[in-house]
Amino acid sequence: MEKLTFEFFGGAPVNATRAPALVGVVGSGNLEVLVEPEKLDGRCAVEILTAARGFGEIWKAVLEDFFARHKLADVRISINDVGATPAVVSLRLDQAVESFLGGVQ
Amino acid sequence: MTSYYEASARERLHALLDPGSFHEFLPPTDRVVSPHLVQLDTPAAFDDGVIVGRGRLDGKPVLAAAQEGGFMGGAVGEVHGAKLVGLLERARDEKPAAVLLLVESGGVRLHEANAGLIGVSEIMRAVLALRSAGVPVLVLDGGQFGCFGGMGIAARLCDAIVMSEEGRLGLSGPEVIETTCGVEEFDSRDRALVWRTVGGKHRYLLGEADALVADDIVAFRKAAIDLLNIKPDLSLEALTAEHDRLDARLKRFGACRDALDIWSALGIEAPEKLPLLEADGFRAAVAGRRA
Repeated sequence: MEKLTFEFFGGAPVNATRAPALVGVVGSGNLEVLVEPEKLDGRCAVEILTAARGFGEIWKAVLEDFFARHKLADVRISINDVGATPAVVSLRLDQAVESFLGGVQ
Repeated sequence: MTSYYEASARERLHALLDPGSFHEFLPPTDRVVSPHLVQLDTPAAFDDGVIVGRGRLDGKPVLAAAQEGGFMGGAVGEVHGAKLVGLLERARDEKPAAVLLLVESGGVRLHEANAGLIGVSEIMRAVLALRSAGVPVLVLDGGQFGCFGGMGIAARLCDAIVMSEEGRLGLSGPEVIETTCGVEEFDSRDRALVWRTVGGKHRYLLGEADALVADDIVAFRKAAIDLLNIKPDLSLEALTAEHDRLDARLKRFGACRDALDIWSALGIEAPEKLPLLEADGFRAAVAGRRA
């Protein structure tokens, strides 16, 4: 297992009263993504716990693409991953943000 | 129509209860995760694979839990079990109209060994204590992973079980039987065999499931509402009657080699056609024939 953390700057803060959102499931080739509002001085903080070691560079690339699509600030994203592919990770991240911003839970 | 089978545990709960009424206890943001999986270098889920909380069903207050089969087959670990036990014990204090258990579990989470086993035994004791206190416990079983092992026992300790054809209920799961007794005894890859042995239709015919519904969350909701008035009966008379019923069932069907033999013995015409029927047609075809 490997723990990875990333931080992104320069996004737009979201309403702090927004409800957290959880999508996905911790199953083989899948992941769960929890998105929560949190005062982080404008940062978007991402923490990943993944079963697959040694993929830090790929996570970095996938998350940079994600942040380019969704410029979030004051948001904490927590991920539990069981070897999801980059495509699945991107899909879940988009789904999580849609659920979070849409307020659907 | 929303498939119960395809939905996640969280989606099932939200769609089953009155809209907007669900309030989760120990939500994922609390991060009450398994302390064991981390030691085994395995990612844990923020809710440990079970969602517990309160809500309303047809306006009446209920407590409800849903197991997520996608996380470790819905297996009961220490935290998962404690959340279920806590919900059942809370119900003894709050006296809701019912507790709903949306089961989907392979049983004990073997990674957590004794902690999981103890969790399941505590669930069983809590179910019986709650029923003794007069609060009915209703089971809904229609998920992808079925309900087996310790959770299969726990389910049968409850007041009523609602199943879809897709739901499965048993003690040892098909793959466990094949592994321990051989493929000649039970071929777990023979889907028709698996479903006619542990599937919802057979459980309904044997009298173990009280309702057989279509794979539709709304149908599960209606069946649960219909069962809200059920009165738990743990009296000696009721238990003796249940044992007599099981004894008679064993005498009647004990020599059968296949579920089809039992369906024939029940007097059902063209039993081989039962797996093909939709829920409504199936209930009509077997009316008055259940064991």
